[in-house]
Amino acid sequence: MTPSRFHPASAPDYLPPAQMRSLQLDRLRDVLQRAFDHVELFRARLDERDLTPADIRGLEDIAKLPFTTKTDLRDTYPFGLFASPMQEVVRLHASSGTTGKPIVVAYTREDLDVWTNVMVRSLASCGITHGDIVQNAYGYGLFTGGLGAHYGAEALGATVIPISGGNTERQIMVMKDFKVTAICCTPSYFIHLLERAGELGIDVRRLPLRAGVFGAEPWTESMRRHIESAGGIRAFDIYGLSEITGPGVAIECCAQRGLHLFEDHFYPEIVDPETGEPLPEGCEGELVITTLSKRAMPMIRYRTRDITALISEPCPCGRTLRRVRRIGRRSDDMIILRGINVFPSQIESALMSVEGTLPHYQIVLTREKGLDQMEVLVEVTPEVFSDQIGALETLHDKLIYELDQTLGLRVAIRLVRPQTIQRSEGKAQRVSDRRSLG
Amino acid sequence: MKIHQLSLFLENQPGQMLEPCRLLAGAGIDIRTLSLADTRQFGILRVIVSDWKNAAVLLQNAGYVVNVTEVVAIEVADRPGGLAELMAIFENSGINIEYMYAFPFGRQGRAVLIFRFDQPDAAIERLQAACINVVDSVDVYNKIF
Repeated sequence: MTPSRFHPASAPDYLPPAQMRSLQLDRLRDVLQRAFDHVELFRARLDERDLTPADIRGLEDIAKLPFTTKTDLRDTYPFGLFASPMQEVVRLHASSGTTGKPIVVAYTREDLDVWTNVMVRSLASCGITHGDIVQNAYGYGLFTGGLGAHYGAEALGATVIPISGGNTERQIMVMKDFKVTAICCTPSYFIHLLERAGELGIDVRRLPLRAGVFGAEPWTESMRRHIESAGGIRAFDIYGLSEITGPGVAIECCAQRGLHLFEDHFYPEIVDPETGEPLPEGCEGELVITTLSKRAMPMIRYRTRDITALISEPCPCGRTLRRVRRIGRRSDDMIILRGINVFPSQIESALMSVEGTLPHYQIVLTREKGLDQMEVLVEVTPEVFSDQIGALETLHDKLIYELDQTLGLRVAIRLVRPQTIQRSEGKAQRVSDRRSLG
Repeated sequence: MKIHQLSLFLENQPGQMLEPCRLLAGAGIDIRTLSLADTRQFGILRVIVSDWKNAAVLLQNAGYVVNVTEVVAIEVADRPGGLAELMAIFENSGINIEYMYAFPFGRQGRAVLIFRFDQPDAAIERLQAACINVVDSVDVYNKIF
């Protein structure tokens, strides 16, 4: 494999740690002051603790600061955490929240430049250069995946095909005819694409495609091995979340041993997911990120709910950026399905709105032909049961419609007999994830 | 005039019929007639039994969702044209038959049909005006066989 060529934008990836810490501290002070001056919620929380940004003298002092959670974004929907006036906001994105209301994120011109910069460095880290033809099959729209990868690849000087998601046969035709060398999409979608190509008699290994940048959902090492051998490519894991910026928060390098986090813009901490206490370096816990340069919407100690560990040992690739271990699980019950965030509570509210009361239900996640599928098993209650087939079919269709409206996702519903979904002691096991077979 | 039918929700899987039949058998409850409506995913078992009240409690206690519906049992002549004559009564009435099924056995050249009408009272009125025998519950549960 050709080693990744050096791109000028990647210079901060190799900053000596001492300089990186100093840069982080400068930027941390700036962003805290900015949030304190412009974000009411943040200022109120510091006031409660009798703190001001001036109390943060070293990076370790960050632990004194309050966390920001997804709930805060929901409670201040849509613009409550913005630190810039709308005249300076040039872009809004949104992702699903827990109650059907999305979470809105904002970017100034400078924020978009930072995002593009980290995406350039991400793609460069995967060995993608200005000579590559990049098929961007992340969804374009409110989801950050599409535009994030698009502007990064374009700024890198690659040829971007903004094909967006879906229409698999056209994706395969384009991949083949346009001599695509790199693809960006969710890993499950790429597996689906590989299978469809096989059915069409196209061997992707024989195409010029050589790299894939896969993210927006957790995926396993066995999926990677499958993708790499069946696709004849190298598969890289990219990490990001809209609240922080979108894709490009962290990325693998040619060593594929953890994801380098772009620490000059995103300050990482690992905390105990239960107590919130910072954990010693190398321990597994919840990733907390502070955006060091965000202007429109600074996130101070944002709880990502992603479980990982920080790796500080030097990486064979030469980058000095610390790495996070690949993320396989979350500390909350959020499901990531085809790049879309789904919370069981959203499913509950949809079921409630159709049936009036909450029936027993279970979410079953499977992977069919490489594509993630969600089926919701719903116990039939006496309230909704009818002796007429038509009435039950209407109920079935209403449930599908309501879930589609709430999640923006077509979900299968299966009506089941009462008492057939296993009851558990304590916290209900709402989700049965059978996808891990890879 | 109307008789009680029990409907049970079943999943469309092998073995689903056995348990409710066993439960009824164990309690000495006789199934007079039944019909099974099915879709790809699920089915509805509709039964008329000798003791619907106890049968409903029994099935509910065993975890079934049970729906009690009033249906109309009608006796017709078991000969060519028998059903057509009956259907003619509802012509232009606006009364809709939601579903229907027949008793497996007739008696003395008569067949018994079970109807679920959208307007059962209007249907019964028309049937009686046409001198059609609407079988009452005592007949259905006890006498027919």
